Amino acid sequence: MHTVSTAPELNGVQKISLSIHGCGWMLLIASAYSPLKSNALVMLSTSFLLITIGALSYIWKTEMSRPQGVSNHHIWRSSLTNGKALCYLIAFALTSFYVIYYWSIDLFGYEIFEPCYRLLDPLSYALRGEATVSWFFYGTLYTFAVLVTGFRVLLKYRHNRYQVIRTSSVMFFQTILAWLIPGLLVLFKQPEMYMNYSWPLSYKDLWPQNFMNLVHSPTKLGFALAVYGLIFTFILTPILTYYFGKRWYCSWVCGCGGLANTLGDPWRQLSNKSEKAWKVEKVTIYSVLVFVVITTVLLWVSWKFSIFVGFSSGLSKTYGFLIGLVFSGAIGVGFYPIFGTRVWCRFGCPQAAILGMLQRVFSRFRITTNGSQCISCGNCSTYCEMGIDVRSYAQKGENINRASCVGCGICANVCPRGVLSLENGPLDTKYNSELNFIGEMKSK
Amino acid sequence: MSRLVIIGNGVAGATCAKRVRELDQEKEILLISNESPYFFSRPSLMYIYMGHMKEEHTRPYEDHKWDEWKIKRLQRSITAIDYGSKNCKTDTGEMISYDELVIATGSKPNKFGWPGQDLKAVQGLYSLQDLASMEKWSATTKTAVIVGGGLIGIEMAEMFLTRGIRVKFLVREKEFWNTILPLEESRMVSKHMKEHHVELMLGTELNSIHSDENGRVKSITTGSGEKMDCQFVGLTAGVSPNIDFLRESELKCDRGVLVDRQFKTNLESVYAVGDCAQFIQPFEGRKPIEQVWYTGKNQAMTLAESISGNNVCEYIPGHWFNSAKFFDIEYQTYGTVLGKCPENEATLFWQDNSSYRSFRMNYLKESKRVTGFNLMGIRGRHLICEHWLAEKSTVEEVLTNLGALNFDPEFYRTFEVEVVNQYNVVNPESKVKLKTKKGLFSKFFKKVEGSIPC
Repeated sequence: MHTVSTAPELNGVQKISLSIHGCGWMLLIASAYSPLKSNALVMLSTSFLLITIGALSYIWKTEMSRPQGVSNHHIWRSSLTNGKALCYLIAFALTSFYVIYYWSIDLFGYEIFEPCYRLLDPLSYALRGEATVSWFFYGTLYTFAVLVTGFRVLLKYRHNRYQVIRTSSVMFFQTILAWLIPGLLVLFKQPEMYMNYSWPLSYKDLWPQNFMNLVHSPTKLGFALAVYGLIFTFILTPILTYYFGKRWYCSWVCGCGGLANTLGDPWRQLSNKSEKAWKVEKVTIYSVLVFVVITTVLLWVSWKFSIFVGFSSGLSKTYGFLIGLVFSGAIGVGFYPIFGTRVWCRFGCPQAAILGMLQRVFSRFRITTNGSQCISCGNCSTYCEMGIDVRSYAQKGENINRASCVGCGICANVCPRGVLSLENGPLDTKYNSELNFIGEMKSK
Repeated sequence: MSRLVIIGNGVAGATCAKRVRELDQEKEILLISNESPYFFSRPSLMYIYMGHMKEEHTRPYEDHKWDEWKIKRLQRSITAIDYGSKNCKTDTGEMISYDELVIATGSKPNKFGWPGQDLKAVQGLYSLQDLASMEKWSATTKTAVIVGGGLIGIEMAEMFLTRGIRVKFLVREKEFWNTILPLEESRMVSKHMKEHHVELMLGTELNSIHSDENGRVKSITTGSGEKMDCQFVGLTAGVSPNIDFLRESELKCDRGVLVDRQFKTNLESVYAVGDCAQFIQPFEGRKPIEQVWYTGKNQAMTLAESISGNNVCEYIPGHWFNSAKFFDIEYQTYGTVLGKCPENEATLFWQDNSSYRSFRMNYLKESKRVTGFNLMGIRGRHLICEHWLAEKSTVEEVLTNLGALNFDPEFYRTFEVEVVNQYNVVNPESKVKLKTKKGLFSKFFKKVEGSIPC
């Protein structure tokens, strides 16, 4: 079907806001890369203010000028979100950022972001008591993105309390557990740890070198952090997943999920919903899980018995490169505008794989379908970031019990007929579809 | 091998085809439609226009499924049927033979003989072609007039507003959709529409539509003689069965194709189902023609049982239910709630002061038996409502367990306590206590089962 008109024009406030936002970035880049020495603190805070104020006022004007409620107008008509050329360009830019960030020295012979690190030094010294390191630069950018675009998500879904509370939660966990606390740990000369991650997503946590370093660390906190990681993976995860499903982690705590549901929210509809994609997903995600488990076991075998040392070390390097850098970073975030927001979570994350298996067989969580109210409209499937064909269950009156479901709750939000609800309940009602056929038939 | 031909691949036709295939692997099935090669969700048309979805997203099954299910599809109009030789004639002159024929041709928008009703940019919204036409005219429309205060009208208003097109909404009744909605709910919707900048003109009728030099609408005149400039007129005063090509044949029709409760017409091996079917004997409290997604689906499921020869099924419509969305207000209804409350019924109505939420429950004055629910901005659990209606539960029983009805997302503000309090205030002799809190209704069902002596 041909389309003539597109999304509404920008108004004055939006244009000015975007200009301020852009000026902020220009000032930031100019002051970082200019040969003239300037006061880093002044330049950093000025550009930071311009970027933030511009972004927030644009978001405020855009979201608050309409009454609250589901608003997905023009998403498939706008070139920014419809998965066509402009989306490919954005994906290219995002992926390029990762490539340059990871391999600047290999590519150009020097650290291209070095001037940005120096500009960030005042903040790094204040928080961590040291000069900016690359991870702090990345982590700060990441957290900033979660907070600013999280503000957009809060306003966009302001009619829906589940979304508001959930988004606040991912913003909180990213800022406090993945940015502030690791910084303070460094400041107080403790081992640095991102508290909202654990093995196998944060794979090194249980690899012998890092783990034993923590255990034998001269500070008492090191040992406590090692225990924290173990409790997180082996006790907290199964218990919380039993009660609430995988969502407690993927949609409430995890930083990857956090970025996907804030920065990535405009592209959630681009995930592939076909059965084919589902088959691919099952192969890739469980392959990564097997990969990380084998690597971890082998590393411990090598550590204990000093055998296969070269092999296991090679394997761990391969994992770190292929999965840690390329898949979860460059592809996982870079391809948001092409394959939808949860590329990594859906096709790669080994943590999601484990949580998913628990959710499927041993969890009180399910999405309940409300009797026969489904009109097969397709909003739920379209806006599922994990590519689940939610409608195929809803129109049959079946509950949705899928390993991949991260419980973001958007299917229930976009449903125009009140058909879907995220619920925790007794295991024996998890699949009760036989109760759900209401158009009775009588045999004669 | 017998051949089943189904005319129309809307929800009734497509559901029938799919269900017959599930029950019968052998039968040849041919689905004929001049609208779309693939079954799509008709209520989704508005979302395509508003950019929420593309047309392919509205298809309930992946395209390749139809071939896998061995359901053939043909894109043709049927112009006539020879019932004697069992042949359908297409617009290209082909003859298609059938052993069994299902007519599921749906509806078409009503036109009530208004002068100018066939001008360019004057149309209803029912088919993909209607949507394409609406899309075509939108680029050159500044003001649209919509006539008829029903569900499609308000959808059309919402659609146009996303394109910055001014909407004047002519509603003949004193309140919006007041034949179906009680006054309070009607007013809530009206207020909400105005908040969305719909220019709602209640108690206003269309008189005539006027043409510009190119045969396109340029203005309308209302019943009171007021003239309004517009570049588009939406005719949304209901729909009627799309069966003109069947008229004046031996097939018995009234407004729709006349069928018995097994969807049999007066002719051997010819059935009609969905929007275009009219029951000779309507069910108690129900209309002879029901033009709703759910009834089309359930009717087709029943008919498929008979056609596949498994068992001959008589349609039982079950308790009435329906749902809609008026801009941002979700509406659900279970059982019977009429615009005007009957003499022998009482109503319990609670409305939230700070948001668009309301709860209504009607019950018989004498026995206190619950007869229906109307929910605005609140999601109700279908199964529990069905259970209460089937069990003839009393208003006290329902209120005691009202939490089981709540299907809203987690963390939403609840309404149960306020509803129960309101009932107790109005009926001081009763002291209902809310027992069941929000949560999975299965707990409630268990309790019910537990209380039945075996």
